[in-house]
Amino acid sequence: MHRFANPTRFLRLAAAVLPFSAAVAALCLGAGLVWGLFFAPPDYQQGDTVRIMFIHVPAAMMAMGVYAGMAISSGIALIWRHAVADLIAKASAPIGATFCFICLLTGSLWGKPMWGTWWVWDARLTSMLIMLFIYLGYMALWQAFDDQTKAARAAAILALVGAINLPVIKFSVEWWNTLHQPASLITMSGPKIHASLLWPLLLMIVGFGAYYLTVLIYRVRAEIHLRRTRMLRLAQADRHAAMQAAE
Amino acid sequence: MRPKRQRLLIVITGLVFIGAAIGFALFALNEELDVFRSPSQVADEGFPEGKRFRVGGLVEDGSVSSAGIVTTFRVTDGANSLTISYNKILPDLFREGQGVIALGTLNAGGTFEAQEVLAKHDENYMPPEVADALKKSGHFKPEGGDS
Repeated sequence: MHRFANPTRFLRLAAAVLPFSAAVAALCLGAGLVWGLFFAPPDYQQGDTVRIMFIHVPAAMMAMGVYAGMAISSGIALIWRHAVADLIAKASAPIGATFCFICLLTGSLWGKPMWGTWWVWDARLTSMLIMLFIYLGYMALWQAFDDQTKAARAAAILALVGAINLPVIKFSVEWWNTLHQPASLITMSGPKIHASLLWPLLLMIVGFGAYYLTVLIYRVRAEIHLRRTRMLRLAQADRHAAMQAAE
Repeated sequence: MRPKRQRLLIVITGLVFIGAAIGFALFALNEELDVFRSPSQVADEGFPEGKRFRVGGLVEDGSVSSAGIVTTFRVTDGANSLTISYNKILPDLFREGQGVIALGTLNAGGTFEAQEVLAKHDENYMPPEVADALKKSGHFKPEGGDS
């Protein structure tokens, strides 16, 4: 782990991973979308509306997965002062927030024809909305400080506290009566989705994951370069001040 | 090593305490966080007339009847059931054996007057041919069979 605290080493690894993650993302998303939208059969009850699942479920999983990654890297940054971990967390937030928003939006579009309502304040939907707000709060907190070290520390604490929401989202459908159905994919008795619908869904999940990795690499790279530019500017200003003092 | 160990301890104890606080809060709220009550909960708790709440369960087989625009049906959780009347358009997924959630009030006669009826979907997804084959072989689990 500490090997990659060195930004240069991280950049080298990222450059090696990038072409693969980009290729996997393009292939899986393309194939998954075509399969899911045109070739997968309709559901016996939902008809064609079931196709929303191919976006909704991967988006929901990624929204939670990205948050988990953000919380873990925040913890690593906080405890071991790892130089890249806080940038990974910072770069992840807008991607995760977008996944979270897509999940809520597609869920709402599915809910109207199936349930009969766009929205209901049940435990699953509400906890997911809270996660979107935590994401937005996290991003706002980074912007609230001029000092990036302080911003990183405050944001990391928020990310860790917000991680308590993850098990609440996951188990909300089991702990309470909800309108949202229980888990279909990860259950004790295996997936409850027929193979003809399951395969395109799995492709989409892999595609979403690879897409996240690809965008994350670009964003972390930009953050590293930004930090270097900031340090160079500071060093330049110091030198300038020292020269003026000497005159 | 000491400051790192110390920071690790602070983070872990912090998370444990906040986790416990939120856990206790959710545990204390418990049924308040249910989006609907079951007919058994309604029978046990004796809801006052005119108080709005949601009740959910499976639509009892053979209980659906309509007179004009008013549909009357019973929802059951296996142990108890409750008669519901509704005068608007039912969602597409509404049928006998389906899980539904109704928002409304209990009237003096013990009938639940719904202002909104939502259909619940279960976790099973399959193409129509598979559903037909399962029904034929008798392995088809009706909606919400395990909840």
